Amino acid sequence: MFDSITLYHLELYWWFIVSLLGGLFVFMSFIQGGQTLLYTLGKTEDERDLIINSLGRKWELSFTTLVMFGGAIFAAFPLFYSVSFGGAYFVWMAILFCFIIQAVSYEYRKKPNNFFGHRFYETLLFINGSLGIFLIGVALATLYTGGNFMVNEMNLSHWTKSSYGLEALLSPFNLAFGVMLLALSRILGVLYFYNNLDEEHIELRILQTLKNNSLIFLALFLWVVGMMLFQEGYNYDEMTKVVNVESMKILHNFLAYPILMLTLLMGVSMLLYGLYRALNQKQKDAIWYVGIGTILAITTLLFVLGVNHTAFYPSLADLQSSLTIENSSGSYYTLSVMSVVSLLVPVVFGYIFMVWRSMDKTKMSIDEVKSDPHHY
Amino acid sequence: MEHSELLIDWSRAQFALTALYHWLFVPLTLGLTFIVAIMETIYVKTGDEWWKKTTKFWMGLLAINFAIGLATGIIMEFEFGTNWSNYSWIVGDIFGAPLAIEGLMAFFMESTFFAVMFFGWNKVSKKMHLTSTWLVAIGSNLSALWILVANGWMQHPVGMHFNPDTARNEMEDFWAVFFNPNAVSKFLHTVSSGYVLASLFVIGVSAWYLLKKREVLFAKRSIIVASSFGLLTSLFLLTSGDESAFNVAQQQPMKLAAMEGLYKGEERAGIIVIGLLDNTKVLGDEKAPFHFKVEIPNALSFLGYHSLSAFVPGIHDLVYGNEKHEIMSVAQKMEKGKLAVEALSDYKKYKKENNSQKAKEALVIFEQNQAYMGYGYLQKPEDAVPNVALTFYSFHTMVGLGTWFLVLFIMTLYFAMINEIEKKRWLLRLMLMTLPLGYVAQEAGWIVAEAGRQPWAIQDLLPVGMAASNVASTSVMITFWLFAILFTGLLIAEIKIMFTQINLGPKGGH
Repeated sequence: MFDSITLYHLELYWWFIVSLLGGLFVFMSFIQGGQTLLYTLGKTEDERDLIINSLGRKWELSFTTLVMFGGAIFAAFPLFYSVSFGGAYFVWMAILFCFIIQAVSYEYRKKPNNFFGHRFYETLLFINGSLGIFLIGVALATLYTGGNFMVNEMNLSHWTKSSYGLEALLSPFNLAFGVMLLALSRILGVLYFYNNLDEEHIELRILQTLKNNSLIFLALFLWVVGMMLFQEGYNYDEMTKVVNVESMKILHNFLAYPILMLTLLMGVSMLLYGLYRALNQKQKDAIWYVGIGTILAITTLLFVLGVNHTAFYPSLADLQSSLTIENSSGSYYTLSVMSVVSLLVPVVFGYIFMVWRSMDKTKMSIDEVKSDPHHY
Repeated sequence: MEHSELLIDWSRAQFALTALYHWLFVPLTLGLTFIVAIMETIYVKTGDEWWKKTTKFWMGLLAINFAIGLATGIIMEFEFGTNWSNYSWIVGDIFGAPLAIEGLMAFFMESTFFAVMFFGWNKVSKKMHLTSTWLVAIGSNLSALWILVANGWMQHPVGMHFNPDTARNEMEDFWAVFFNPNAVSKFLHTVSSGYVLASLFVIGVSAWYLLKKREVLFAKRSIIVASSFGLLTSLFLLTSGDESAFNVAQQQPMKLAAMEGLYKGEERAGIIVIGLLDNTKVLGDEKAPFHFKVEIPNALSFLGYHSLSAFVPGIHDLVYGNEKHEIMSVAQKMEKGKLAVEALSDYKKYKKENNSQKAKEALVIFEQNQAYMGYGYLQKPEDAVPNVALTFYSFHTMVGLGTWFLVLFIMTLYFAMINEIEKKRWLLRLMLMTLPLGYVAQEAGWIVAEAGRQPWAIQDLLPVGMAASNVASTSVMITFWLFAILFTGLLIAEIKIMFTQINLGPKGGH
């Protein structure tokens, strides 16, 4: 079946899958964004219960996508898994702590005798939604700006800074990327509530919150994408595999693959149209336009790092240690097996879509939450 | 790239801490999902609302446990990268695949239908709801399957070859990895232990109600379901345990010797029923390893090799060799291993220098000694011995408690069936007291599996000393204590919530 497919084809395919999972995760981060808006949109206890219950039925979506993202990287690009997780230790550990606290917070928040009190669990949800997404943004930004690692001839690595990844917080680009992702997750969260809730008082607050976050997001998005396109990037020679610095590398990648430019533009257009639909036309289906736009844009921005002989994880400590989809991937056999397994992806998306279509037939209201004995 | 002992110890401690916490919650989920699925099936078949209320009560307790199981589980996957980054590269090509497949095939199924199971009672049809409950049970057990395929491969690596160019092991037969006998028996043994624990949980909680003279009908019916399920799965647990022990004998003889405190190999070796190890015993001295012991003659030979007269090698034979039984010493293996390590290094060096003749020669030496490469990283032969006392006591605790659970299920089922269980207060107290022992047995089982294979991260291929991430030990210490504080806090919250919910009882007038 795979006779005519080369290892490079499989590497590209898996880089696409990983990029798509990244795009899907950012879309699913509406859950995290929503968590940060608990007290912005919910002014009474009933309203906050409604918000928590609306998110609480879907919180596993972003959590599961993150786990899947990790598993796919481990299987498809084990050297990246090894170098980044084992090197940028504190950044990844901080992200994990932010996600460990999410699962229990929904379930335990309103349970009697929950040891810490409900405000504690709400604070944990806020930390998960804000710090968690911000740090994931910073970690993703290092794919453009690089990390301080070295890889030896046995492909074993070490980090050269004793801050083990925290130094990434000193880069304005990384910080801007993190805040941009946070603003986007809040936009998605607001639009999710707009679509999912049936509560007038919350609706009134939604549009103002959407406007504020949209302004922050758009300003940062323009700056971040501008920097991406025009800053130096990392190219490697097709034959010798030697890595060198190239100005405007990402822009060159887009020019070399116009289809990627098209998907980025489509994604951004859909995202903007979705915002327009919500803010100006008061249409509640805006989440789908912004959501699909987000998936297209983020997937493209990640995928473009793996094409056209680009080092997708440059090393700031030793240029030749930089990671490419070719030098960091799994073997041909493993990628082939995983590619067969990946054919299940549409089936999984299919049942998730069907399940939520039947579960979300009616909008959620405070009365519904109160009548459900197992509400959060 | 070997690391300091301090770093390795802290990395192991952190993994052990997170794994032991995670495993406090997983087995209950594995079993309770099936028990609630059985109860809901009875409800759908009979239309009796009583069973719906009963299902919902146990489902509520499941949710409290499920949430913390997920919370403690996410760290496990990522810790392979953060704390075992060399491992991630050296075996990631094989090990990563089951984890990714678990995410796609099991985790999405489990989490999607979990939401329907809890919130879909009035939103989807009865049959759709029941299907969702069964899919949560299947999904959580499928998740365990892929994790145990990965763990089974660590215990008995198959289906791969070492690629000197990439300096890692690469998969060459997915089905060999999937149907690895070690993984199959480990999966069956582990999930059935989860079913047993869930049964102990249900009968323990029910016994508490009966002791308090509350929820009598609810408790008696729950005991019948859980005792039947527990008895059946305990019998299966026994069978799969036998299969696991057979695999250990074939694939990890050092672990088997440590499990039984067997220092000098014997023909017709017996199994220790109970024994007290002499902790002053040192490998190589002539002291008896036990202060006292009671054993069943020939049983270890039979268990490990299916022959009453078979020779079972002891720790001494495995470390220092035994010519008669053709067992190579660890020192000889280390010698070959060091040749392999050096030859691989030379091969990489000559390849870089474009010296193909020298590279070819180095490759020949490497291939001749490659099977022992892992031993090349050991410092001394005695490093190949795990902690004997920890392995021995954990193993015997697990087996002893497993036997007691079987006896308990027989008694509870009998007295529940003749409708006399509420009068047997001594038995109710035993049922309640046995619940924490179920957790002890679970943790002991994993200690045998993991501590018993030390020093290996991958049996005979990769010692933990080579597998760890190259980070400062203080970094790992910081995260260890953060995990310890966070998980302990969450555990306390979980226990308090669980006790409160049990005290509130099944709502709706049972």
